[in-house]
Amino acid sequence: MSNPTKPQVAFYWCASCGGCEEAVVDLADGVLAVVDAVDIVFWPVALDFKRSDVEARPDGSIAVAFVNGAIRTSEQEEMAHMLRRKAQFLIAFGACSHLGGIPGLANLWDRESVLRGSYSEAPSVVNPEGTLPQESWQEDGRRVTLPAFRDTVRTLDQVVEVDYYIPGCPPTPKLLMDAVQAILSGALPPRGSVLAPDIALCDQCHLKATKPDRLLLASFKRPHQVLIDPETCLLSQGLLCLGPATRAGCEALCPHGNMPCTGCFGPTSRVHDVGAKLVSAVGSAFDASSPDAIEAVLSTIPDPVGTFYRYSLPASRLRRKVSQAAPAEAAQ
Amino acid sequence: MREALSKNGGPRVGVYICHCGKNIAGLVDVQRLTEYAATLPGVAVARDYKYMCSDPGQVLIQKDIAEHKLDRIVVAACSPLLHERTFRSATEAGGLNPFYFQMVSIREHASWVHTDKEEATRKAQDLVRAAVQRVIYHESLERRRVPINPAVLVVGGGIAGIHAALTIANGGKHVYLVEREPTIGGHMAKFDKTFPTLDCAACILTPKMTAVRAHPNITLWTYSEVSQVEGYVGNYKVKVKRRPRYINEELCLGCLECIPACIYKEAKHPDEFNLGLSKRRPIYIPFPQAVPQVVVIDPETCIEFKSGKCKKTCVEACGERNAIDFRQTERTEEIEVGAIVLATGFKTFDAGRVPYYGYGVYPNVYSALEIERLVNASGPTGGEVVLRDGRKPERVGIIHCVGSRDENYNVYCSRVCCMYSIKLAHLIKERTEAEVYNFYIDIRTPGKGFEEFYTKTLAEGVHFVRGKVGQVSDWATAPEEQGKLVIQVEDTLAGMIRRIPVDMVVLSPGLDPQPDAQEVRRLFNISCSNEGWFLERHPKLAPVNTFTDGIFLAGACQGPKDIPDSVAQAGAAAAESLALIDAGYFELEPTTAYLLAEECSGCKTCIPLCPYNAIAFDAEIAKAAINEALCKGCGVCVAACPSGSIQQHLFDDRQIYAEILGVLAGATAAS
Repeated sequence: MSNPTKPQVAFYWCASCGGCEEAVVDLADGVLAVVDAVDIVFWPVALDFKRSDVEARPDGSIAVAFVNGAIRTSEQEEMAHMLRRKAQFLIAFGACSHLGGIPGLANLWDRESVLRGSYSEAPSVVNPEGTLPQESWQEDGRRVTLPAFRDTVRTLDQVVEVDYYIPGCPPTPKLLMDAVQAILSGALPPRGSVLAPDIALCDQCHLKATKPDRLLLASFKRPHQVLIDPETCLLSQGLLCLGPATRAGCEALCPHGNMPCTGCFGPTSRVHDVGAKLVSAVGSAFDASSPDAIEAVLSTIPDPVGTFYRYSLPASRLRRKVSQAAPAEAAQ
Repeated sequence: MREALSKNGGPRVGVYICHCGKNIAGLVDVQRLTEYAATLPGVAVARDYKYMCSDPGQVLIQKDIAEHKLDRIVVAACSPLLHERTFRSATEAGGLNPFYFQMVSIREHASWVHTDKEEATRKAQDLVRAAVQRVIYHESLERRRVPINPAVLVVGGGIAGIHAALTIANGGKHVYLVEREPTIGGHMAKFDKTFPTLDCAACILTPKMTAVRAHPNITLWTYSEVSQVEGYVGNYKVKVKRRPRYINEELCLGCLECIPACIYKEAKHPDEFNLGLSKRRPIYIPFPQAVPQVVVIDPETCIEFKSGKCKKTCVEACGERNAIDFRQTERTEEIEVGAIVLATGFKTFDAGRVPYYGYGVYPNVYSALEIERLVNASGPTGGEVVLRDGRKPERVGIIHCVGSRDENYNVYCSRVCCMYSIKLAHLIKERTEAEVYNFYIDIRTPGKGFEEFYTKTLAEGVHFVRGKVGQVSDWATAPEEQGKLVIQVEDTLAGMIRRIPVDMVVLSPGLDPQPDAQEVRRLFNISCSNEGWFLERHPKLAPVNTFTDGIFLAGACQGPKDIPDSVAQAGAAAAESLALIDAGYFELEPTTAYLLAEECSGCKTCIPLCPYNAIAFDAEIAKAAINEALCKGCGVCVAACPSGSIQQHLFDDRQIYAEILGVLAGATAAS
């Protein structure tokens, strides 16, 4: 099946929801052009290749491997290492492999509390013996194994070296297309770049001109609490739109749909901790001068970490909540 | 860091540890610190020296730069506030860019704040390591120069503003003197004599006022206020609002014939200059020696303004001089100046705020400023000290510290009320031969000739009672108190409560900031102290400078002051302005914020945050724009910019992270 004249491409998913796979399918007719130009050699969600097929290929023989999802298990680590060996370009595809993504918010807990929560405390679970998944189990003389579940969710580049990043939850078809074309034509920016404009989203937002010079916000609203005016800057309506701190590239899809930006493209290259930046930027627009008034504004942001670090906790300076119980693995 | 080190085999850092006599060496093991510094990656030379800021200390750096081919310098000594400039200059004199330098405060941050030698030394090591790691990332920076407009704006025409304006004008520079009232002269023009020499205030002030009027280098705008200030040091654009006085200043000769010609035969309206102790007509001049010698019409009381049906006898009197113009309107002048001197003065504390002293309740309780007018030869009584009913007082009580040194009002000492109270005691005794009592908390006479003046007044038979007065009332409890005001006081020297009946009570209020000081400070972009006085850059070393370059302070707007101190400070502010102007240019510290314009998304987060108004939104390209001449490098916008598109010289992320990692490296190693 593989055609030696066409560059070989692999897709793989780790800790993710599957939306990034959907983004590839979302290329629609465009996918034909991609298939025309490349030879897909691995894509578990759509094509029946096995891990052994990829292992059998010589190192460096795959032109590009797109990996979505964060790294949580030992299996994901192994796959990341293998694809790194086989591919010339390893691309972190989507918010989870780029920054940790939504699964990365699990870094607010440790391994034990995640397992306990899912397998015994969840209201829909009946597990009176408190059985938790084991990495290895012997029954009737047969041994079954599961990948190890790590204490911390990591980004792809915290496990292997990554050549480029395609941001988004999920990336837009246009970004994927542009990236494929850039790789095929060799017109690539410096290694390590995020393949999206290095400017904040306000630049692309159709509501930018309606933002006042001085914002004074006495409270923040969540989208379901207000009737949103589609013609006015969402932040100025008290909706916590993260556009000012978020990398452009989506062409303001969410604000176009009357929803504030939640930051899935991550920060620009100049920001090391987007949550801290947001706290500093949003905090400067509070209409409050006394500690009590500040507290009142803050109380309208019920989940600060889930808001400001929604897609980026593992990639941030905070990285995770420090677990007193397992300091050794937390520091890995 | 490894990358930076490998480049051309450099950088080569020189580290210098200062003993500061025993200040540092007393608690930090400087020997061990030096040996430690020598082991740090990139360090080519590490030395310690008794006083690094001395000439030999600085020469040491310069020689090492040449001999050891150093290209980065770290000095661990006192606070950068004190000597960063010194060592940057030494670095520059050695042939390096002055910003290839980092200072470590091991005095304020280590030796002075610790008691344990071992821990202080370890902390000093951490701080030195941080500086060495940071300085490797320093970049060469150039100081930019901006030209200075040679004109100066002086705001406020009291004695401080007058003295500053004359000094600058005598130096050959053009001065715009803006005064809110219809005349210059300020508080001093109201006084009869000044302490402790008893100079006639008018005799020493009015010649200076006339000199202002006559000076070819001074443009005097009275009845005017500054309404807008834009720009930065050397290049301020100022708008001045000029209220209409309904008199053409060019045509008015100051003959004053219009005043008695006013349709009001009797003056009926309280005279502001005499604090309401006399009356004036709607057309008036504040006092005979006012400068400019131009009358003013008060539209609130003038019949022509109220009804439009006045016979306008004033216009008749003016005749062909034709100076009266009822159609005058407010005008705005726009000027450009290089420096600004603020001399906006003070307001006396409102004695009515202290209810138990009866000001505003008993007619014969006066404020000191009212007495100043009464004792003034050109005042409403021609210098006679009389009660409201015209009687001469036989007994007078002067209460010091009204609203001062009192936690209910102002906790600070007004600096002048002791001396002016003693002066008024002397003058009242001289004019009335009354028994005069002074009630004081402490007598403070620290100025030249002050104590002598106090002793002399004591010898004249003025009584001094030490104690804070509890109450002034007209409730008589004894026959001799009938019809008198009774001052009740604990005489703390006699150790008894006393009731002293008097005819006249004089309250000596302290000094308050001007009621609009906050608006004025915002207008000129400077700061106020907690009490509301304009804040100087440094109380000892930069007492007339502000944190805004090119804006200087003179007189009591900076804090309570007497006339000699106000004049001295005005001279200093004038000298600072002249020094700034004569340099011809101003060097800007290059540690400013700068915009990465390509990367700016135009989100406007930074726009309202800048305390120096250095950031504007350029609507044409929909991006922010930073005026680096206005930027003070505070870093607020740098921290707030959500996309990291504002950066700051000498404070970029690599430098800050290198410094943090340097400090923390010790903690990691220890754990």
